[in-house]
Amino acid sequence: MELAFFIILALVAIASALMVILQKNPVYSALSLIVTLGSIAVLFILQKAFFLAFIQIIVYAGAIMILFIFVIMLLNLRKDEFGPEKRKLQRFFAVVFSLLLIVELFVVVRNTLFGKAGESMQVAEDFGTASSLGQLLFSTYLFPFEITSILLLIAMIGALFLARREE
Amino acid sequence: MVPVTYYLLLSGILFAIGVLGFLIRRNVLVVFMSIEIMLNAANLAFIAFAREMGSLSGQVMVFLVMTVAAAEAGVGLAIIILFYRNKKSANVDDGNLMKW
Repeated sequence: MELAFFIILALVAIASALMVILQKNPVYSALSLIVTLGSIAVLFILQKAFFLAFIQIIVYAGAIMILFIFVIMLLNLRKDEFGPEKRKLQRFFAVVFSLLLIVELFVVVRNTLFGKAGESMQVAEDFGTASSLGQLLFSTYLFPFEITSILLLIAMIGALFLARREE
Repeated sequence: MVPVTYYLLLSGILFAIGVLGFLIRRNVLVVFMSIEIMLNAANLAFIAFAREMGSLSGQVMVFLVMTVAAAEAGVGLAIIILFYRNKKSANVDDGNLMKW
């Protein structure tokens, strides 16, 4: 049952990710990316990452994608369409090397042993909830968490500085 | 219970799709979206490993990756707006000022 659910979600994620890179109109690409992010969020829930699944929806599919759509509308990109790469040779090598990357990752995953096969670790009842993740974040990982706030501040200042109009 | 290898394979395929999009597209916004796909593929691998190992550290890492992605989206889109303002184009081939 869970396997069938996983396969459906995986197919949706792969199909919509392909749509992102094959659509001519960037608005459609952005909408396909929302579908990809949504299906990945459901996969997070299957892997007991409840809090992060909702963060994924709120931050990625909400905030970041709104920003994308906003920039697409601002630049009015629908008029000048150039579609995928025109140079045939680069396109050919891009496809070949992407397929090689998949094969390589497949070989690596196949030849790696993950614990005792078919026997997954028992996890606590509150695994992946906001409270358990928050406790870890504010104790063991307090320093990286604080660095994160500085990173966001720098990003905010940087974005404001870059996007302001030259006087 | 779905084996962790399936998740890793899905993550690898999504990452390869992101790489492919990065290489074949010329629209700077779609190139940026391909980077988001790659980040999400890495996140999926982290989550799968966190479940497999029964450790929440992997989920903390995903939390940090998401923060970096948000910062990156803010700064990156500001750069794209600046690029468009200077070149009147969103084609990555026009960003050739530093090309030798």
